[in-house]
Amino acid sequence: MCCEIEYTTIGGISGPLVFVEGVRGVGLGEIVEIRDGESLRIGQTLEVDEDRAVVQVFEGTSGLAVKGMRVSFVGRSLEIPVDRAMLGRVFDGLGRPSDGYPQVVTDRRMNVNGLPVNPWSREYPRDFIQTGISAIDGMNTLIRGQKLPIFSGSGMPHNLIAAQIARQAMILSEEEEFTVIFAAMGVKFDVARFFIDSLEESGVLTHSAIFLSLADAPSIERLITPKVALTLAEHLAFDEGMHVLVILTDMTNYCESLRELSSSRGEIPSRKGYPGYLYSDLASIYERAGRLKGFDGSITQMPILTMPSDDISHPVPDLTGYITEGQIVLERELFNKGIYPPIAGLPSLSRLMKDGIGEGRTRADHAQVAAQLFASYAKVKRIRSLAAIVGEEELSDLDKIYLEFGNSFEEEFLSQGENENRTIEETLEKGWRMLSILPQEELYRVRREDIDRYYIPSSDGGD
Amino acid sequence: MVSATETRNAPIEGKVISVNGPIVKAAGLTGVKMFDIAEVGSDGLIGEVIRLLGPVALIQVYEDNTGLKPGDKVISEGRPLSVLLGPGLIANIYDGIQRPLVGISEQCGSYIEKGVKLSALDAQKQWTFTPSAKPGDEVAEGQIIGEIEETPLVVHRVLIPPGVFGRLENVVEAGPRTIEDVIYTVQTKTGLYEGKLAGYWPVRMARPVRSKKKPFIPLMTGQRIIDTFFPIARGGTAAIPGGFGTGKTMTQHALAKWCNADIIIYIGCGERGNEMTDVLTEFPKLVDERNGRPLIERTVMIANTSNMPVPAREVSIYTGVTIAEFYRDMGYSVAVMADSTSRWAEALRELSSRLGDMPAEEGFPPYLATRLAEFYERAGLVETLSGADGDISIIGAVSPPGGDFSEPVTQHTSRFVRCFWALDKTLADARHYPSISWVDSYTEYLNDIEGWWRELDEQWLVIRNEVMNILLEDHRLQQLVKLVGADALPMFQQFTLHVAEMIKNAFLQQNSFDPIDKYCSPEKQLKLLKVILALYERGGVLVKAGLTLKDITDLPSLSEMVRLKSEIPNNETNRIDEYRERLLGELELLKEQVLGV
Ligand SMILES: Nc1ncnc2c1ncn2[C@@H]1O[C@H](COP(=O)(O)OP(=O)(O)OP(=O)(O)O)[C@@H](O)[C@H]1O
Ligand SMILES: [Mg+2]
Repeated sequence: MCCEIEYTTIGGISGPLVFVEGVRGVGLGEIVEIRDGESLRIGQTLEVDEDRAVVQVFEGTSGLAVKGMRVSFVGRSLEIPVDRAMLGRVFDGLGRPSDGYPQVVTDRRMNVNGLPVNPWSREYPRDFIQTGISAIDGMNTLIRGQKLPIFSGSGMPHNLIAAQIARQAMILSEEEEFTVIFAAMGVKFDVARFFIDSLEESGVLTHSAIFLSLADAPSIERLITPKVALTLAEHLAFDEGMHVLVILTDMTNYCESLRELSSSRGEIPSRKGYPGYLYSDLASIYERAGRLKGFDGSITQMPILTMPSDDISHPVPDLTGYITEGQIVLERELFNKGIYPPIAGLPSLSRLMKDGIGEGRTRADHAQVAAQLFASYAKVKRIRSLAAIVGEEELSDLDKIYLEFGNSFEEEFLSQGENENRTIEETLEKGWRMLSILPQEELYRVRREDIDRYYIPSSDGGD
Repeated sequence: MVSATETRNAPIEGKVISVNGPIVKAAGLTGVKMFDIAEVGSDGLIGEVIRLLGPVALIQVYEDNTGLKPGDKVISEGRPLSVLLGPGLIANIYDGIQRPLVGISEQCGSYIEKGVKLSALDAQKQWTFTPSAKPGDEVAEGQIIGEIEETPLVVHRVLIPPGVFGRLENVVEAGPRTIEDVIYTVQTKTGLYEGKLAGYWPVRMARPVRSKKKPFIPLMTGQRIIDTFFPIARGGTAAIPGGFGTGKTMTQHALAKWCNADIIIYIGCGERGNEMTDVLTEFPKLVDERNGRPLIERTVMIANTSNMPVPAREVSIYTGVTIAEFYRDMGYSVAVMADSTSRWAEALRELSSRLGDMPAEEGFPPYLATRLAEFYERAGLVETLSGADGDISIIGAVSPPGGDFSEPVTQHTSRFVRCFWALDKTLADARHYPSISWVDSYTEYLNDIEGWWRELDEQWLVIRNEVMNILLEDHRLQQLVKLVGADALPMFQQFTLHVAEMIKNAFLQQNSFDPIDKYCSPEKQLKLLKVILALYERGGVLVKAGLTLKDITDLPSLSEMVRLKSEIPNNETNRIDEYRERLLGELELLKEQVLGV
């Protein structure tokens, strides 16, 4: 709109919300500019009445007063410029450059809210990404275009794992372009620094875009950061044909900001004070991953979230798990044993694995090996809890063999170096070495012909 | 009342006075009725009147309404939110308010833009109509007037709509017709009724039937734990509750693929986009074994995924079930999969909270239970208006927060369904799929459908119950095992544990991705059960007579038992009998050797 009216009729301020009275013709979701002296803040309308608008201020309301504030409505939703020249740059949580260089010059602007993808237009993701990490490649395979979060707990090495994946999965090739988009919400500067350094070391920083809404930024800003990052990702993937890996950390902070906003609006909370629409809100972020028919690029999402008190049933991991295509769960017990990466054997899951592995993709026995490892490790867990009660000596011989399998599985299969990059062949070989500790009859999830081919009889196996 | 050419009332125009998310308040819509459609704003966004407060109408908008302003116009033509029913529904994919997603993608590319207006059915398409009634016949509602081959799998029966009775004045000859053509006329008491191939029906209103009947035929799904242990009848209701990743969607997909209904309505309600894409890419390739045709030719899909507007999620299940009723009325057996009813309930919660309703449990509105009951009530085996049998089975996934079944949606659902397939996280973690718990699940159809199984084997129920009892005994013993270990139990109990383990691995566990195991015929299910029982009964005698568990597990053929399900196809089940003979022979030999009998 050309002639912007400036309103000074502020009815009140509450949390991140400003109530503007006497407004006319303001739309839902419209961008709002709030001027206070020289400073400019950006907001968005959440609710509009005949003469009142409720505005959410991304930079927060601290320092604002009812008097002296000037509010104007821009007449459209939040847009950001998008261009491949944004690679190699650092931005704030609202997508404005924060590395001292000027805004990228481009005509292309996109609405950060995106639009829902038509399910008919999606291409089902099937391409295997080798991360070089056995626990992922072997048992929870990552697929190009998947949304696969890391569920972690405080102090656990989720950042290290995400960085290792970014490094090892982004192998540059002639025909295809890869890029990493990193969005930080409410994390400390050292976390951001760690990622930037890690991307730099592996030489992919110039192919990456970084969006930072750090712990000291206003909490409401975080609600926009993932949307801004994904908007650029959509441009790069579907206009430029790139394969984009988007790392979002920490989604728990994002959800807390949403809770804060909801409570200042006086909404009826659902579980643990989070709003009832948390599921739909998260879905509007996570569903912006995938592939589209007729386009080369892809968006793979790896959101990271910390589970409060390591509780996987907390609303944030719970609702995330209901939307994403699996989850990589980090386990405190493995972490305490000194195992890196401490990827939990049982609760981790990749739902897109089924169609992305097997003959012609990874190897014909892959699915069966994975299923057998899961089943056998589940048995180890049962035997361990029994051993804790009756004592290890009281276990049957077979149970003892299972314990041996369990330990080797954790120490040799799961465990690997921070820079160790295993091929899928190596991972599956290792898997069979572990399974060969068990008697053949126990391996009912693998095919007989695979046993004949890969099983190492006890004389030369099991060392 | 029901016709493709609707009687359009003069449009009423009003104005938006406030916008709160998808809920819009409008003034000036005098004469508008509850559940009427309203077109909101300059884009003409589709909405539905859900509450009338004096001069103010509350409208729930089914599309993204960012940018909508107070003062924008609202128009209503005074007709209720409806689905268009006619040939061309099959193999189609719609959003929650029945807009065709293929058409939307042709019009606006990969993303769904707002304000798209497209008819649910192709008005140009020519269908070959063959009449089966002639002028002069007395006709009544529900009567078949002719046929169309909708897909090679579905003969579409054209019915006289509910409420229409009289003398058939005219009916067109066999030949190509579109849904716009008048194909017959009926002289009714109130005037001449012009019949077409398609007509509207209000989504929130169940279509009438003559009577409801007691279901008695099982809906065969090819999934062993369901068909054998917790069967659902055609016309029945089932819920699949389970935490994330426990296998609700996979179970729904398996049923949509292999169950023996004539028509499948698959509703993706607030779930993932890729899961619909999975159905869309797989179903055209998968072939129905009974007739060699692709499964897509009997499937209608409704996709209102989690990132699509929330209010349309609320309607999507009604859109789906109304289409199901349309095919039921033609005398078909229809299975409706709704994944997930929890997302529907959450949409209800979100909307009701924006309306300022007083919440009941966990923020859900007090009418949650009533709405759930009404939905499941639309299932059933019925005598249709034409006197034929038709049925709708409804299978709803439930996604309880934190996997905790004590929450309101799971609790209320369990009151209205008669089959409860509880998914177990521990089983899913161990990759024991389907992770349906044999301890927490139940069915109330066992006695109703027993007669069908008897045709196959008089003893079916006895065999089924005997195997179930081994599993329950195992469940009881496991409590002890946790404390003392299996080795401390008496030999016969150890043997029972072993047989139970065999039931779990050789029977209950079923891999949806295995080319043979994905579908298991009733005959094969029964034969596998008999193999297990043979081991339990004959082996049990030997153990009681002093043999050890190891004597039994050392039998050469025993390790093969877990592979029968995936190595023997449905059409070679005599090989299971051969195996059973071999096993019995080995047991007999053991008896002679060790006991010297
Ligand atoms: N019958 C089965 N055979 C083989 N694998 C299965 C089976 N059932 C489930 N799985 C595995 O479990 C994964 C999760 O299943 P599914 O997507 O059905 O879970 P869900 O209960 O629908 O979860 P959500 O609530 O998050 O949608 C699948 O991707 C698949 O790997
Ligand atoms: Mg699901």
